[in-house]
Amino acid sequence: MPGGQLWPAAGHVLAASSYGPSPLWYTARATGVVALILLTITVALGVAGTARLSSQLLPGVVRSGLHRNVSLLAVAFVVVHVLSSVLDPYAGIKLISAIVPFSSAYRPFWLSLGAIAFDMLLALVLTSLLRSRIPYRAWSVVHWLGYACWPIALWHGLGTGTDSRLSWVLILFGACALVVAGAVGTRLNLAASSLNRTAGLAGTAAFVVATIVFVAVGPLQPGWARRAGTPASMLGSAHPASGTPGRTGAAR
Amino acid sequence: MSHAYAGDDYGSYGYPGDRVSPRSRDRRPSARTTPRLTLDWQRTDRAATLREHSARFGPLPRHAGGRPDLLDQVEAARLTGRGGAGFPTATKMRAVAARRRPAVVVANGMESEPASEKDQALLARAPHLVLDGISLAAGAVGAAEAHICLPRTRSWLTDSVLAAVAERQRAGIDQISIAVHELPHHYVSSEETSLVHWLNGGEAKPTTTPPRPFERGVGKRPTLVDNVETLAHVALIARYGAEWFREVGTREATGTMLTTVTGGVSRPGVYEVEAGTAVGDVLELAGLQAGAEAVLIGGYFGTWHDIAAVEGRPFTAAGLHPVGASPGAGVLFALPAEACGLAEAARIMRYLASQGAQQCGPCMFGLPAVADDLGQLAAGRPEGDPLSRMQRRFGVITGRGACRHPDGAVRMAASAIQTFQADAHAHAQRRACFSAQRGRHHGRQQTAMLPVPRPFAEGDWR
Amino acid sequence: MTMTLQIDPIACTGHGLCADLLPELIELDEWGYPILADSVPPDLLAHARRAVSACPALALRLVRVQHQLGPRHQASARPGR
Repeated sequence: MPGGQLWPAAGHVLAASSYGPSPLWYTARATGVVALILLTITVALGVAGTARLSSQLLPGVVRSGLHRNVSLLAVAFVVVHVLSSVLDPYAGIKLISAIVPFSSAYRPFWLSLGAIAFDMLLALVLTSLLRSRIPYRAWSVVHWLGYACWPIALWHGLGTGTDSRLSWVLILFGACALVVAGAVGTRLNLAASSLNRTAGLAGTAAFVVATIVFVAVGPLQPGWARRAGTPASMLGSAHPASGTPGRTGAAR
Repeated sequence: MSHAYAGDDYGSYGYPGDRVSPRSRDRRPSARTTPRLTLDWQRTDRAATLREHSARFGPLPRHAGGRPDLLDQVEAARLTGRGGAGFPTATKMRAVAARRRPAVVVANGMESEPASEKDQALLARAPHLVLDGISLAAGAVGAAEAHICLPRTRSWLTDSVLAAVAERQRAGIDQISIAVHELPHHYVSSEETSLVHWLNGGEAKPTTTPPRPFERGVGKRPTLVDNVETLAHVALIARYGAEWFREVGTREATGTMLTTVTGGVSRPGVYEVEAGTAVGDVLELAGLQAGAEAVLIGGYFGTWHDIAAVEGRPFTAAGLHPVGASPGAGVLFALPAEACGLAEAARIMRYLASQGAQQCGPCMFGLPAVADDLGQLAAGRPEGDPLSRMQRRFGVITGRGACRHPDGAVRMAASAIQTFQADAHAHAQRRACFSAQRGRHHGRQQTAMLPVPRPFAEGDWR
Repeated sequence: MTMTLQIDPIACTGHGLCADLLPELIELDEWGYPILADSVPPDLLAHARRAVSACPALALRLVRVQHQLGPRHQASARPGR
């Protein structure tokens, strides 16, 4: 086991993973959820910026500073999320899969969404850090990817995550989706062009509906783990994706 | 009406050095039309054909001496731009010629100033003069490419110019082929950087300078952008020489100029007068009507004045500078007796506010705000104190845009308030203005006097 | 040799973050667009730099000028009609 090779002492703890999810797996899941929450806040603050929303409590500079710092914090959590997923021996996810899509054996499509979102996030952050040195247009075009990055991250969480059946997780993800849809909808409502407004609102609504439909026919249905691409060797028969540790490394 | 020239110095506007003929120093331009560009315009009702043009003015001169010849002539003639800025033409041409890369010549026939008609008239009656000028200028500055820009809204003009270009192509008289373009017709689209931007594939909106077109313009090449009337004068200077050009006009402002006189005059239209003619004389030529006491000088970007204060001044940049005016593209609008200057100014302001490129905040928001204030005043329904609001806004809007559009609009509005002070105060106190009282029908609906064009297809800058 | 602030009026969309960060030198007009003071005193230079980097549209610039011109004009387009 890779973990055992790196940290002999931790190897004992990690060895326990063959009897159920290891602390690394929990770390991966937890940091993933937190990263999504932070990305949600980042997007909401960014959208508020385009809508020029500010108040006594949250003047423009504070809002923009928060947007920047929360996004950096989100990157930190995503990095921990990636590392813990890779270090955890259970799913056999390679480091390369964090940035190259379709290179993992474990739920390849859903994991790839994560890789794509991570790539976008890196591009966003890098261009933003170098904003004064690159042409404004270049920064702006890349920043628009933010609107794609967040939904992809959400679907990655719903598809790859083994907690998608848990009610509190669904409620949390739902709340995040509501915040982003609300922010985007508010901003679109202020759009000058009615074409942009209708198209944007329609797109947002379509996305929300599609997500609900996906959750209903995907993670919430039995047999989702297999359909999502969990390797057969890891699928148990007794426990479909429930997030609870099974004795024999049951389906996650 | 006295034509006294106050002995003030008109400034050293124009050319360095002073190679002037002693005769012109003392000449006072006479109050008559001088047919040079406008020669024989009354003969027919249409554009002069190439044959008629050649019979009238002689063939297109070939300068055996090469490039410097024409530039020397234009410089000696002291020709200045007729598009409004009045920049010395030879200086501009030399700046373009001096650069290494092959140049481009662009003739500006856009005439976005609604109160101006001289360029249209010139292109409609004597297109070959303009095309000669383009051809000659191209040879002088070493241009490989020439364009003429016309507004899309005047298709009859494009047809006329295209026909003239075709005639020349058949006769094979030009060394260069002249491309004819139709551009969107917004107010700011006739600005020289707008033309260059559009020709480069962008929108017909002004761009920030530097670089100026003469440094880097169409296709990144040095570009000479000249008004069509300027180029027409070049065509005549090439034929008859600088001395001939300077025979009329004054020391500072040589040759003739086309002016558009409209409003409270019995014979509105385009007149060709000697440069330096007094404002009052030009108005008289057009038949200034009794009771007309104010004049808008320079067009919508110009300023309002009492006729009595300016009638003796020469209708030139230097002559009008002491009273804070400029002839612009040679535009005069006399306010008829029954019209209200503030109402006209408000209409112009509303038009100018809608005509900005919508690129800069202070212009986008400031001009409509001032137009509202002016509108309130004109209607005699002020909310709060529009006068002081406007004064404050004037200071805040000027100089904060990428181009001079907001500055010109604000200057026009400020001059209206200044010149129509009495009206402004009356309106501010909710009283009808004096002009309404003077009008034949007291209190009738003021009829609009100045032409405000229908807005060009909104959003279409390409 | 003084440092001054300059705005690209076309890029500026009136976010107003610059005025939040540098109220001593930047004031917003009634429509939310910045009016700049003439020059930046040395003790406010750090704040000015922060304001420049905070602009979401990158419309604010800090430039060195050889001598003080009159009212600050953006390099302008001449009206030539």
